[in-house]
Amino acid sequence: MKLLIKGGTLMDPATGRVNEEDLLINDGKITKTGVNLSDDSAEVLDAAGKLVTPGLIDMHVHLREPGFEAKETILSGALAAARGGFTSVACMPNTNPVADCGAIISYIRGKAREAGKVNIYPIGAITSGSKGVELAEMGDMQKAGAAGFSDDGQPVMSAGLMRRAMQYADMLNMTIISHCEDKSLAGGGAMHEGYMSTVLGLPGIPASAEEVVVARDILLAEETGCRVHIAHVSTAGSVRLVREARARGVQVTAEATPHHFSLTDEAVTGYNTNTKVNPPLRTDIDVAAVRQGLADGTISVIATDHAPHTIEEKDVEYGLAPFGIVGLETAVGLVWTELVATGILTPLEAVAKLTSNPASILGIAKGTLEIGADADITIIDPMATWTVDPEQFASKGRNTPFAGRVLQGLPYATILSGRIVMREGALL
Amino acid sequence: MGLSGKDLVGLQHLAAKEIKLILDNAIPMKGIIQRQIKKVPTLRGRAMVTVFYEASTRTRASFDLAAKYLSADTIGITAATSSVSKGESLRDTARTIAAMGADVVVLRHPMAGAAELLARTVGASVINAGDGAHEHPTQALLDLFTVNEKKGRINGLKVAIIGDILHSRVARSDIWGFSRMGAEVRLAGPATLMPPGVEQMGARVYEKIEDALDGADVVYILRIQRERQQQGLFPGLREYSQLFGINAERLRLAAPDVLVMHPGPINRGVEIAPEVADSLQAVITEQVTNGVAVRMAILYLLVGGGSQHEITY
Repeated sequence: MKLLIKGGTLMDPATGRVNEEDLLINDGKITKTGVNLSDDSAEVLDAAGKLVTPGLIDMHVHLREPGFEAKETILSGALAAARGGFTSVACMPNTNPVADCGAIISYIRGKAREAGKVNIYPIGAITSGSKGVELAEMGDMQKAGAAGFSDDGQPVMSAGLMRRAMQYADMLNMTIISHCEDKSLAGGGAMHEGYMSTVLGLPGIPASAEEVVVARDILLAEETGCRVHIAHVSTAGSVRLVREARARGVQVTAEATPHHFSLTDEAVTGYNTNTKVNPPLRTDIDVAAVRQGLADGTISVIATDHAPHTIEEKDVEYGLAPFGIVGLETAVGLVWTELVATGILTPLEAVAKLTSNPASILGIAKGTLEIGADADITIIDPMATWTVDPEQFASKGRNTPFAGRVLQGLPYATILSGRIVMREGALL
Repeated sequence: MGLSGKDLVGLQHLAAKEIKLILDNAIPMKGIIQRQIKKVPTLRGRAMVTVFYEASTRTRASFDLAAKYLSADTIGITAATSSVSKGESLRDTARTIAAMGADVVVLRHPMAGAAELLARTVGASVINAGDGAHEHPTQALLDLFTVNEKKGRINGLKVAIIGDILHSRVARSDIWGFSRMGAEVRLAGPATLMPPGVEQMGARVYEKIEDALDGADVVYILRIQRERQQQGLFPGLREYSQLFGINAERLRLAAPDVLVMHPGPINRGVEIAPEVADSLQAVITEQVTNGVAVRMAILYLLVGGGSQHEITY
């Protein structure tokens, strides 16, 4: 089965190549690129005026299955990913049971194969049950197909345990993804600690709650040599710490979410629980620093931290609502509107943070348009403007603070192994 | 003219002229309370429901009496006896109450933002009787009324608020209210109980309590709760009393005709020395009386003859 993508701009961050060429797919692989390609036996997809990029990769999502299927399932999450232009996602282990052994990793991969639509890379827990007490069976999980380790949602509060986790993961040549939050500083906070939390009377989470653990994990990464990836960087101080560490050669990478580069804590005004997220929305100074970190390469990955919840769970008092924002279906629009249209990132830089960079951190053979590569491809219409309507989401989660926002940049088609799984918003 | 919104959730967004309107209307209401027959027919046929998710004797009694003096029907729901303990959500409880035909819902709730959530859910007027550490607007309005009554003005006065500002909804509403009416608001208290960015609200934070008290026209003392000590926020009540307790000696730093205020209930010998609580400068009991009058004015303006929101909202 052949597919010919014609008239688009090919953008391959793995090679830095940007040119107006056609791309031919045969049998799930990219077989040819060039000007004015033709193949009578191929289905033709017109990509005129659009960007043809490697399939987007979201290395930080919560698919909620097993255990929390009312929030999301692997299937609904896969559909949301396809609709958002993603062909690969890495799902965090805070399910029930926690993905902390090979059997659960295998279960998730099996469910993922059944769902199709997207490649799913499970992340295994660092500690048993993500309880932060003893190490989980990382070797077993690696054999079962885990793509990295994280206790995301919870910090590994013991520095001693995190140090051993890094030593062990480094032995396996795997990456630790760290959710940086000192619980004794974050306390029972509901939003960023600052002027807005004072006005709203909500308990605050200071920036230092994140930064002390970022600093700790950088020091431990430096000592152990383990590759460490800092999840959802939200503060100016964290950006500075990562920048300094990278400058001295520490193997640390970082990601930022669309909500952390788009919104400040002022969005919490009115107590809209869809703004409640961990780490919390920060100040304009932090948003500017995150954007600067994205621009100068300190933050090499954009990941959504897609965290679906039911309407019933979110439709409560702010302090009682669970943390989390859905992100898969708004990511491309927010990246283009907030980062590309504003000149903070070139389209190629933005695509790299959504493809080749997360692929290299996870160690997966994705994120390139080279001949012979898997034909996971996303076609983006960078000029399309659209309005965020949560009712149209394929995700079960409707918890977005961006409802009603007009965005520029829309995934036009998602192609998985040469097969069109989404076209113009319709799932196929 | 009336109030611009259907609810009273906080003072942050209340205009100075709306505050003045409430204070003006509270004057005749206080007259009613001082009569032998304390009843006018203003709110006859109107129903007020008080929903208290937190224990409170005085605020609830104050609302209850205010409504009864105006001839409204009242009923109270508390967390202990209602479906609250059955896990019913605030929104569902609110819809149930609204479906029973309440005109006003008075809400006291431990979570910030609860009143705003309720106001968005029901068509009835919602009065915030305290939501977490957010706001307690009727308390601040009765404080403003009391100061205005005693001093004849609010504009230009020095108001020192002392204590646990971080957890205090009273402090927040008073900061908005007094600063909007032209007073100079000063804050002092343990650094661990001073919320970040509070100066942006229109107050000034003093490191030394003596500087905050210097020449103050009003000393507003907040209640300190023992549980903050257990949370590690300050070393203990003994030291608190030494560093921040208002005694006769400290009070001499303030203006000779200073007013001593407290939202109650007071901890004698902790944040306020007995000789100060019982001094002529203390107007704590009058605050309670004025609370009824101010709440009558608010009920009248929201759902009585003064209500405009049906046409302007």
